[in-house]
Amino acid sequence: MSQETFDSILARARTLCDDRKLETVKAWKAKNPGGLAVGHMPVWSPRALIEGCGALPVACFGGGDQVDVIKGDAYFQSYICHIPRSTIELALAGDLDALDGMVFPAICDVIRNLGGMWKMLFENKLSYYLDLPQNFDPKLGGKFFTLELHRLVRELEARGAPKLDRERMRAAIRDENERRATIAELDELRRKEPHRLRASEAYLAVRAGGTMMAKEHTAMLRALLDAAKSRPARKFDNVRVVVVGSFCEQPPVALIVTLERSGCDIIDDDLQLGMRMLEGPIDLDASEDPVECIALAYLNRGAASASRYIGDLVKGRALIEKVKQSGAEGVVFAAASFCDPALLDQPMLEAALQKEGIPFTTLKFAENTGQFQVIREQAGAFSDSVKLWGAA
Amino acid sequence: MNTSSEKVTEKTEKRDDGDRDESQRRQKAMIGDHFDKLARAKEDGKKVVYTFVPGNLTELLGALDLLPVLPEINALQSGMRGRSGKYIAEAEKAGHSEDVCTYVKCDLGMLKSGNIGPTGQKLPPPDVLLLSYTGCFTFLKWFELLKQEYDCPVVMLHVPYQPDGEITDEMRKYVVDQLEREVIPALEKVAGKKLDMNELSRRLELSAKAEEDLVWVWESARNTPSPIDGYFGGVYYTGPIFSSFRGTDDATDYYKLLRGEIEGRIARGEGPTTPDGPMGKEKFRLVVEGPPNWTNFFDFWRMFSREGAVVVASTYTRVGGLYDRGFRHDPKKPLETLADYCLGCYTNLGLPTRVNLLEHYVKTYKADGFLINSVKSCNSFSVGQLLMLRELEKRTGVPGGFIESDLVDPRYFGKANIENRVQSYLQMLEARMSRGGDLGKATSGFAGILESAAAQAEGLVTLGRKS
Amino acid sequence: MKCVVGIDLGSTTTKAVLIDEEGRPLSRGITNSRSNYGVASAAALADARTAARFSFLERAIQGSTGVDSNEARAALPRLFEAFRLELHLDELTALRDAIHVELDRNLLRRVNKSVLGPAADLVIEDAKGEAPKLFAPGAERRSEFFRDLAAAAFIAGAEKLARKDGTPFEPLVGLFDRAILEVETRLRPRNEESLLRRGLSRVETAPVVRAILEVAIGRAVTEPLEEVAFAGTGYGRQTLPFPKPAVRSEILCHGRGAHRMYPGTRTVLDIGGQDTKGIQVDEHGVVTSFQMNDRCAAGCGRYLGYIADELGLGLHELGPLALQATRAVNINSTCTVFAGAELRERLSLGQKREDILAGLHRGIMLRAMSILARSGGVKNEFTFTGGVCRNAMAVKLLRGLIAESYGSDIVVNIDPDSIFMGALGAALYALDDLRAGHPQLLPTFEPTGMLPPPGMGGECANCESSHDSAHQHH
Repeated sequence: MSQETFDSILARARTLCDDRKLETVKAWKAKNPGGLAVGHMPVWSPRALIEGCGALPVACFGGGDQVDVIKGDAYFQSYICHIPRSTIELALAGDLDALDGMVFPAICDVIRNLGGMWKMLFENKLSYYLDLPQNFDPKLGGKFFTLELHRLVRELEARGAPKLDRERMRAAIRDENERRATIAELDELRRKEPHRLRASEAYLAVRAGGTMMAKEHTAMLRALLDAAKSRPARKFDNVRVVVVGSFCEQPPVALIVTLERSGCDIIDDDLQLGMRMLEGPIDLDASEDPVECIALAYLNRGAASASRYIGDLVKGRALIEKVKQSGAEGVVFAAASFCDPALLDQPMLEAALQKEGIPFTTLKFAENTGQFQVIREQAGAFSDSVKLWGAA
Repeated sequence: MNTSSEKVTEKTEKRDDGDRDESQRRQKAMIGDHFDKLARAKEDGKKVVYTFVPGNLTELLGALDLLPVLPEINALQSGMRGRSGKYIAEAEKAGHSEDVCTYVKCDLGMLKSGNIGPTGQKLPPPDVLLLSYTGCFTFLKWFELLKQEYDCPVVMLHVPYQPDGEITDEMRKYVVDQLEREVIPALEKVAGKKLDMNELSRRLELSAKAEEDLVWVWESARNTPSPIDGYFGGVYYTGPIFSSFRGTDDATDYYKLLRGEIEGRIARGEGPTTPDGPMGKEKFRLVVEGPPNWTNFFDFWRMFSREGAVVVASTYTRVGGLYDRGFRHDPKKPLETLADYCLGCYTNLGLPTRVNLLEHYVKTYKADGFLINSVKSCNSFSVGQLLMLRELEKRTGVPGGFIESDLVDPRYFGKANIENRVQSYLQMLEARMSRGGDLGKATSGFAGILESAAAQAEGLVTLGRKS
Repeated sequence: MKCVVGIDLGSTTTKAVLIDEEGRPLSRGITNSRSNYGVASAAALADARTAARFSFLERAIQGSTGVDSNEARAALPRLFEAFRLELHLDELTALRDAIHVELDRNLLRRVNKSVLGPAADLVIEDAKGEAPKLFAPGAERRSEFFRDLAAAAFIAGAEKLARKDGTPFEPLVGLFDRAILEVETRLRPRNEESLLRRGLSRVETAPVVRAILEVAIGRAVTEPLEEVAFAGTGYGRQTLPFPKPAVRSEILCHGRGAHRMYPGTRTVLDIGGQDTKGIQVDEHGVVTSFQMNDRCAAGCGRYLGYIADELGLGLHELGPLALQATRAVNINSTCTVFAGAELRERLSLGQKREDILAGLHRGIMLRAMSILARSGGVKNEFTFTGGVCRNAMAVKLLRGLIAESYGSDIVVNIDPDSIFMGALGAALYALDDLRAGHPQLLPTFEPTGMLPPPGMGGECANCESSHDSAHQHH
C-alpha cells in the first residue's frame, strides 16, 4: 500500500519536474486572478518573501536534456555553461510566458549578465538582480540585504502585488520554515536509511516543489516521508557518499541514478541549493521586520557554497563537517562544464579533503549530458576502492 | 597578409628608446621604480597589499603608505612576455580546470614558479589581500585561493552591482559603511598607522586633476584623424591611473605631459604611434568592446594598424574607472567618492548600461563600425556580447565584428582565424563605405548579363545556372 | 580572349574560376590543396584554363552543321577523358622520375636501390597500363585528383609485387610518399596542344570527324587566353602567396559568389571541412554581417569524416544511410573528440547505425542553425554551400529546421557546384579592380620545394612575439 502511495507521489513529482511549459503555474494563476508568478534561478532566492507578497515563486532549473537549444545558442559563446541557453530557449519559445518576472540571484557572472539580457529581451517583465551579500555583519551586509529585499517587495507591489503586510509575510515564513523542516526530515531519512529514500527520489520530490507554495509542498513531502518509512525496502551494500557541485545547472536525473547504481548511496548533496540553502528555520524573533528576518537567516544560516564568500572561515571545513556528521565515506565532486564557481572551488575543497584523508572523485557534466558510461565506470571504480581501502 | 615580394623585417617591436614619447619613458621609469620598491618592501618595512584593478582604492592605500600589487597586471605582463602558457600549465597540473579564468591560473602558476614579477624581481608576498569585489565573480575565488597560499588576512569590500544604471543611496551607504567599519580599520592595522583623512583628500584631488587630463586624451579621438588609438594605445594610457599611481604627483604630471604630447599630434595632424611606427592614413574608425589579447598583443594590434584602422574608443580601458561620463574623484567627500568610483567601474555596470555607453561612443566618436573581442576567460565581459552585437547594430546602423580569443592563454589565440575575421570585417566595412562607386557599376553589369542568352548557353565545363 | 581569374585556396581543395570581362563565367578548375600554395594555385588555374580550351573547342565546332559536326561534338566528352588520361600518364612519368631522384638522393643505408628502382618502375608501368580503364567512358573514378589515383594504383601495385616476390612493401610505398610530395609541389607546364592531339589519337571516330576535330584543336590552342586581372582568397595556415591588394577575404568572396549564382541570396551558410560560416549579404552581394564557429571545429565536415572512418564508410555514404533512420536518436555532443566513443557506445547498446547517424547529422545542423542565428538569422533567399551541402540528410534536416524557425516560404538554394563560389566571388572582385583601373595579376611562381616547418622556441620568424616552446601557429 505504501509502495503504491510512494510510487504515485514520485510519479507526480516527476511530472511536475518535467512541467517545462509551467502548466501548474498557469493553473495557480487561473485560481488566483491577479496573482503574480515570479521565477528565480537556482541557488538561493527568497521564496518566503515572494510568497509573503502573495506571489507564487517558480524555480527555473533550465531545460535539462529535454530541450533542443536552437535559438538560445545564438546568444552564448561555446565556453559558457548550458543553463542560460536552455532558459533563454524556453523563454523565447513562450514557455515561460506565465511568469511576470524573474529573480537572478548573485550566483556568478553568467547568471548576473543573463539578468541583463533578460531586461533587454523581455522589457515588460521584471528582471531583478538579487545581490546576495558577501559581508556577513548584520549591521552591514544584513542592513544592505534587508534593503535589497524591500526593494524587491516594492517592485512586486508596482506590478500588482498587495502592499506589504507583516503578518502575511510572517505566515509565509512559517510555511517556509515548516517546509524546510520537512526537507530536513527527508535528509535525515536519507542519511539513516538510504535504502528507504534514494537520493534520486528525494531529488524529484524536492525539485517538484519549485512551482508550488510551501504549504502544498510540505504536504506532498510529508506524504512521501510517511510512505517511504513504511514501505518495504531492501538494503544495498553501498558506499556512503556526499555529492558536491554548488549546483546551479542541474545534472539529468539519470546521472544521479547512474551514481546510485554504481554502488553509491548519496546520503547528502548540494543539488537543490535553491530549496535548501538555509540550514535551519528563519528566526522570526530576530527582528520586528520579517523581511529583515529573512536577510539575517541568509547571513547566519546560509549553507556554504561556491557563490558565498568564505570570509574568515576555513575553506572546506563545512564540507568536512558535513561528511563527518553524516557518516559519509567519500565525496563525489560533480561540476557543470564551464561552471566557474564550482570549478574554482574544487581544488581548494579537494585539498581540504586530502588533508583529512577523505577519498573523493571528480567528474564533469552538462544539463544535457546523454552519456553515462564513463561516469558509471568512474563511480563504480570509486565506490569499489572506498569499500576495499576505506579512507586510503 | 604578407607577400613574398615585400620582405618586411618583422622585428620592429623592440624599438629604440629614442623613438618613444617622453610620456612612455616616464611611465616606464615609474613602473620600474615601483617594482624596485616592491622588491625592497621587507627591508624598508613597507607593507604590501594585493588588490584588483576594478575598484582599486589606490588613494586610500597611498594615504596609508601601503604598496599595492595588482595580480591582474602581473598576469597580463606574463602574457605579453610569453610566460603565461607555462604558468597556466603549472596551474592545470595542480588541478585547475581548463575552463576557468586564465588570469587566475597564470597567477597561481607564477606563484608556484617563484613569484618573479614582470621586471625579473621577486614579488613580495602580501601582508593583506584587499578583495575589492567589483564587477567580477572570479575575484572572490582568486583571493580565496591566494589566501590558501599566503595565509594572510583578507579584507572584503563588497561593491554591489549596478543592474539598472543607477547608484542608489543604499548601494553607496553599504560601500561607505564597509570602508568605515571594516576596510579602513583593517588596513590601518596592517599599516600600523591611522588614516589621515586630509591626506586622502589631497590624493583624491590629484586624482581628479589627472582624470581631467585623461578624459581630454580619450576625447581627443573625436578628431579626424584621431591622434590616439583608444584601445591598443589606450592600455598604456590607463597604466598609471589604474595601477599604483593614481593620487600621486607622478601620475598627475604624467597625464599633463601626455596631454601635451597629444595636443602636439593634433596640431601636426598626426595619427597614433603603432608597433610599426607612426600610423599611416586613417581608413577606419572603430569602437572596441572587450579586453585585448595579451599573448599576441602586438600581432593583434597590427591586424588593425596595418589596415589603417584606429580604435577611437573602447570599454576595456574603463575597467579601472569610468571617467568620461562625468565622474571625478571628489576630495570633499572622500568615502562617498571612493564608493561611487568603485560602483562605476565598467564591469560593474549592467548590460543595458554597457550598450548605452557603446552606442554613445560609436555616435560621438563617429565610428565606422565596432568590434567585439570576446574573451573565453572573462564571463563578466563576454556573456551577453552576442546580444549586444545585434542591439548595437540596430541602434547605430554600423556593422559589428565579432572575434574570439583569450586573455593570456596562448592556445586560444588562433592567429589565422582571427586575422581572417578582422580582415573580412574591414573589407566588409570598406565595401560598405565605398558603395555606389565601382561596385554599383559592376553589379548593374551583372544584372544585364544574367538575362542574356549568351550567358545561358555555356560550354562543357562552366559555371552559372539559369536564375 | 581576355579573362579574369579568381582563386580560392581551401583546406582540402583549391579552386580557380575564369570569367570574361563582362563577368560571364568561362570555366573552372580544381585540384587538391597541398603545402605549397603557389603550386596549388597554379595547378587549379591550369585546370581552369584547360576547361576554357575545351569551351573554345566546342565553339570552334559550333559554327559548322551537319552529321559530321554533330558527331564531332558528341566525341568531345571522350576527347576530354582521353586528354585527362594523357595528363595522368605524364604525371605518372613525372612520379617515376621523382622516385629515381629520391633513390639517388637517399642516404638511408637500408634502402636497396637496386631492388626498389626496378620495382618502382614495374609498379608505374603497371599503373600506366591500368590507367585507360580509369578514364574509359562510363568509368567511375574515386577521385579526380592525381594524388589519390596514383596512391591507390601504387599501393595496389606494391602489394602485388610483395605477394609475388617479396619486394619490401613499406620502403616502396615510402618512396611514393616522398616522391608524390615532390611531384605535387613542383610546377610542370602543361602542353595542352600535345595532350589534345595525343588524346585525339585514342578516340575512335571516322576520319572526316577526326579531321574536323584536328582543325578545331588547332584553332582552340592558338586562341589567346590572356589573364587581365586576378584576385585570390582562402584561409590558410601560412600567408597566401598573392600580392596584398589582390587578396580578398574568403567570407566576402563566398558571399559575392553565392549571390552571383543565386541573385536572390541574402543569407549564406557554408559548412566546410573545418569551419562553418553564416554570412548575410545585401542586394549587391556585399557582406553585411557574418559569424564563424570559434576554435572548436565541432559540427563541421571533418566531424563527418571521423564518423565515416569509425563506421568504415565513404563520406558520400553517410547521407543516404542516415536517411533510412526510423527513429530519432538524441546526440548531445558534436565534439569530434568524443564522436568515436559516442558512436561505439550507442552501437554497443544496440542502436541502429542509421538512427545514430540521423542524430549526428541533426547535431551538426543544429550547430549550423546557431551560427546562422548569431550572424543575423535566415533571410530569403537562403543559399547552402560547402562540401556538406552534398549530403542529402544534412539538406533534408536543414530545410526542416529553417522552415520551423524562419517560415516555410524561405527559398533554399543548393548547388553541387557551390564549391566554386569562393573563387567566383574572387574573380568578381578582380573584375571590380579591373574596371576601377587597378587590376592585380597572379604572380609567376618559381618551382620551389616545401616550406620549412615553423620555428620552435626563441624568436619566431612568422610573428615576432617572443615565446616559449609552447608557441603555436594555428
